Amino acid sequence: MINFELPKSLKNLQNMTHQLAEQGFRPISRKYDRIEHGDTPAELKPLAQMIAAGRPRGGSKSEKSEADPDAVKKGSNLMGIVSVEEMCWGDTGLMLSLPASGLGNAAIQAVGTADQKEQYGKLYCAMAITEPGAGSDSAAISTTARRDGDEWVLNGEKIYCTGGQRCDAVVVWATLDKSLGKAAIKSFIVPRDNPGMQLVRVEDKMGLRISDTAALALTDCRIPVDHVLGSAEIADTEAARKKAFGGVMQTFDNTRPMVAAMALGVARAALEITTELLEKEGVKADFSKTPYNSSAIELELYRLEADLDAARLMTYKAAWMADNGQANSKEASMCKAKAGRMGNDVTLKCVALCGELGYAERYLLEKLARDSKIIDIFEGTQQIQQLIVARHLLGLSSRELK
Amino acid sequence: MSTDLPIDLRLSEEQRISREGMRRFASQTLAPGARAADEAATADPQVLAAIAGFGLTLMSLPEALGGAGLPRSPMGNVLACEDLGEGDLSQSLAALAPLGVVNALLDFGDDAQHEAWLPRFASEEPVPAAVALAEPRATFEPADLRTTARRDGDDYILDGEKCLIPLVEQCQLFLVVAAADDGPAAFIVEADSAGLSRARQDYMGLRSAEPGTLTLEGVRVPAAQRLAHFDLERLVSLSRIGLAALATGCCQAVLEQCVPYALERKAFGEAIARRQSVAFMIADIGIEIEGMRLLTWRAASRAEQGLPFQREAYLAFLQSMEKAMRIATDGVQVFGGAGFVRDYPLEMYYRNLRGLSALHGALMV
Repeated sequence: MINFELPKSLKNLQNMTHQLAEQGFRPISRKYDRIEHGDTPAELKPLAQMIAAGRPRGGSKSEKSEADPDAVKKGSNLMGIVSVEEMCWGDTGLMLSLPASGLGNAAIQAVGTADQKEQYGKLYCAMAITEPGAGSDSAAISTTARRDGDEWVLNGEKIYCTGGQRCDAVVVWATLDKSLGKAAIKSFIVPRDNPGMQLVRVEDKMGLRISDTAALALTDCRIPVDHVLGSAEIADTEAARKKAFGGVMQTFDNTRPMVAAMALGVARAALEITTELLEKEGVKADFSKTPYNSSAIELELYRLEADLDAARLMTYKAAWMADNGQANSKEASMCKAKAGRMGNDVTLKCVALCGELGYAERYLLEKLARDSKIIDIFEGTQQIQQLIVARHLLGLSSRELK
Repeated sequence: MSTDLPIDLRLSEEQRISREGMRRFASQTLAPGARAADEAATADPQVLAAIAGFGLTLMSLPEALGGAGLPRSPMGNVLACEDLGEGDLSQSLAALAPLGVVNALLDFGDDAQHEAWLPRFASEEPVPAAVALAEPRATFEPADLRTTARRDGDDYILDGEKCLIPLVEQCQLFLVVAAADDGPAAFIVEADSAGLSRARQDYMGLRSAEPGTLTLEGVRVPAAQRLAHFDLERLVSLSRIGLAALATGCCQAVLEQCVPYALERKAFGEAIARRQSVAFMIADIGIEIEGMRLLTWRAASRAEQGLPFQREAYLAFLQSMEKAMRIATDGVQVFGGAGFVRDYPLEMYYRNLRGLSALHGALMV
């Protein structure tokens, strides 16, 4: 039966995470927007332990997932969505600074071997894809991986690596042979303390300031041969090539709804603050008049709410499909596209609707508007999502629609 | 109130089956005839009969009154609206108008009113009927009615003008919403009442719905025909859900037209679908339809579960009305000149979808 209301289990999770966001993130949100760089905020360490204790983790032998693979998997995407929205309602930068689970963990979880999950599942793993010369076009990366006896040797430069400073390990995308295109791209687990991987810098950013966005240099970086994720073979047929890269890209079908959920949290936070500030001035958007008989400010609030809810339902759907074993690549991109632009639009309009109060650092509105922009960029830009959705709808390949 | 259901996007077996038949009819009969009906500004009687034949008005009628006795299902109705809307928004609006009256009677009538009026809908040829809420003036607001109902002994006297009523000249019954002394009220009014007159109106679109105005000049209606438990907000909200679903269906038709056209139409040596400027427009059409649909489904699902749904219906309607117009505009744009000429249905979708901004209470699900 069609139902979009959260069941009790998810509501409880939502309440718990909301408390964490309200008591753990909000009070220090502004502080760390100003501090920007540094180690993991001390206040986050107990939170990370709490989260780690409460969360099922792959790889551990004592887990139910070993006995009943469906038990934990079922619902895990929706659970993730609900938590991420609440945490980002608190503070997206702080959520990303939690020394807990990074994008690298998602990749290891998706395609890692039992040993890899055992060794790295409990660590904080970042993901390094982007390079100075390759962003959205991730098949164009030029960091190389060369086999040398029992080791892989990595060389290249990675940028915009979220968590790249403070993480325990980085999942690095590299090519075995650039002339072979996508099929030769593999990902490798590189422990953060590997002497061949140096931190070049941590970026200064418009928003998400406390989150460490790192540039990393790999110089003859040697890792054990079993640190490749998935098969090290280069597929030699067209179909196998497609499948190999497709496997790498599949991680995104789970992570894109998560990033969409970030936009939900940020936008909801902005709308709540805005509604509160406007109510003090007697503006009450209570749906009592038809849209075009409402005041401009009421209509704007209705539009923002509608966009937020549409994005949320699309995100729930994409996650629900993943939880139910349905192919959701189109829906994952749809929700990321809708939520990404919605988050940006809602937060910016909220700043504008509140005048000086929106623009001032006394409130969080201006910060939310700075934070929201990246959500429409990382994990696939708006335009990349549109491209993917268009290919699905038109039945065109990536070669046919560039 | 709501039980503890998991989040679920699966349709029930019955919903899937009834959708199949509805979708087949929409694509094989409704859509191919839409243009001719629009040009003639006439609903095809066979189409109306076929839609009535799906028995939507029968579903929730009590068995004692000749119905199937199933619980009211806004969600089931939404699926029907969406599927039929994909075939032809305009004729579907006309064909589904009696369903709105039945649902209003079921939700707002007392037992005596059920017994008096529902049997007329208890066949596969329900009596032609429509809800009359909208009034012809700019800034019309459902809660601020100019049509009045004045109590006079055992009767009410109705005065005012109503508009955008589908099949206005064929209707035998109207559910007229008017301002009474004690608030908004709904009356069952027989079309042959003295003082009632009606006239077709020409609109930009919805032409094959045969819409028009209803004028009430001192129309005397027995007080027993005032619905006992009328709730204007519920009528408006459930109708917003129905209209949003019709629009979602029509927007789906825009997409279904755009995809093959963009793949076939060549410019500068290749299909225009291979250009991002066109492909991204189509992507956005798909993305926004998804949002419209889910907002509408959520509102319907809440209504069906007995949860508050006014806010959700409002948001679904607002999003659908505005995104639908964007989608219809972009649909014409993808087709270029071919979208503007009346060979293709794109310009018709554009004209029909604008109607959403003027329709109120017309399709209670």
